[in-house]
Amino acid sequence: MTRVHDMGGRFGDGPVVPDAEGAPVFATEWHGRALAVTLAAGALGQWNIDVSRHTRELLSPKDYMRFSYYEKWISGLADLLVQTGVLTREDFEEGGAVQRHPLAERKLKAAAVAGALAKGGPADRPSDVPVSFETGQAVRTLQISGNRLVEGGHTRLPIYAAGAKGHILKLHGTHVLPDSSAHGLGEAPEPLYAVVFPASELWADPEHPGDEVVLDLWQSYLEAV
Amino acid sequence: MPHDHSDHPHALLPPDPALRVKALETILTRKGLIDPATLDEIIDIYQNKIGPQNGARVVAKAWSDPAFKARLLADATAVVADLGYFGRQGEHMVVVENTPEQHNMVVCTLCSCYPWPLLGIPPGWYKSDAYRARAVREPRKVLADFGVTLSDESSVRVWDSTAEVRYLILPMRPAGTEGLSEEELAELVTRDSMIGTGLPKVPS
Repeated sequence: MTRVHDMGGRFGDGPVVPDAEGAPVFATEWHGRALAVTLAAGALGQWNIDVSRHTRELLSPKDYMRFSYYEKWISGLADLLVQTGVLTREDFEEGGAVQRHPLAERKLKAAAVAGALAKGGPADRPSDVPVSFETGQAVRTLQISGNRLVEGGHTRLPIYAAGAKGHILKLHGTHVLPDSSAHGLGEAPEPLYAVVFPASELWADPEHPGDEVVLDLWQSYLEAV
Repeated sequence: MPHDHSDHPHALLPPDPALRVKALETILTRKGLIDPATLDEIIDIYQNKIGPQNGARVVAKAWSDPAFKARLLADATAVVADLGYFGRQGEHMVVVENTPEQHNMVVCTLCSCYPWPLLGIPPGWYKSDAYRARAVREPRKVLADFGVTLSDESSVRVWDSTAEVRYLILPMRPAGTEGLSEEELAELVTRDSMIGTGLPKVPS
């Protein structure tokens, strides 16, 4: 079983409401602040992208559904800061003592922002795991979606694609495995593939016989057919 | 970190989201962990410097230069980096081409993955539950919400961004654009046409 964020295919969400092409990047001022605080705090180097995604997924289903997008970010960040020991619950309750934090020397400076964003965080790594599948080969995803290392842990196999038969479209190289990386268990890089599935493998009523869905999936999510 | 807590620390902050952000910014600033000027710089970059105009330039160049297009479809990361587009949330790029037989659309059902260096920060609808839930199952009905209708001859391939690979759609060049410069072509390329929920503008 996965968590509330895993919503691909769900019914009942109503229409998608497009924004105008020229709409403001941040609908309101605090949205931009929320994004910027999250990125600046991330630059302290106390977590990786998988940890940060998983923290948002750990919001209770009730909070996840009622929070707007950037509320999830900012609430996830608050939880992450305490989980990683950067801040304490007391800091939130008391407003934070005014003393220099040991991580203060890692503070991202305005002049370093452009360089930090340009550097990014590539996820490809050398790996000893041999490539098992070739382009065009038929594969099936694991019958049950879920983290195999940590109960209720992070994984990137959506539940709608579990147990589905498709074929390998492309090998992307070897990438950090989020199921491990999100839990401090190491990067465990392994082959990552684009895998294409007929819509009829995934849905009871596909819209068109030729439709397909492609997912990027790690080798350990796949079995040979 | 894997454990569930019923008492999330975020509940200690003010419930109003604007105040919640402000409280966090204040605490982190007082601790010397973030600098408000840094936040201003991040916001300025994503508001004014990085956005869909970058992707539009790539698309216009691909429409104009077949050799560039071939290289772009083969190894997008290196090719767009040569144009100056790389970095956070664009570390591993793949460009896929729309054809009369196949329309492509991008979604992230699990969160909101999006090619930031080429398209900037995703629009609200891309991050909405409705788009995340529906795009994979009923792409044509989602396209209808955008006023787009595909012919029955066209299949749809939806790309669910489940890893750190980011996808950009290369839309079909509109008819009647022969002789337009790359700059003029770029004006026709909309953000939504590069996500696959729209089509490029046609010259007036």
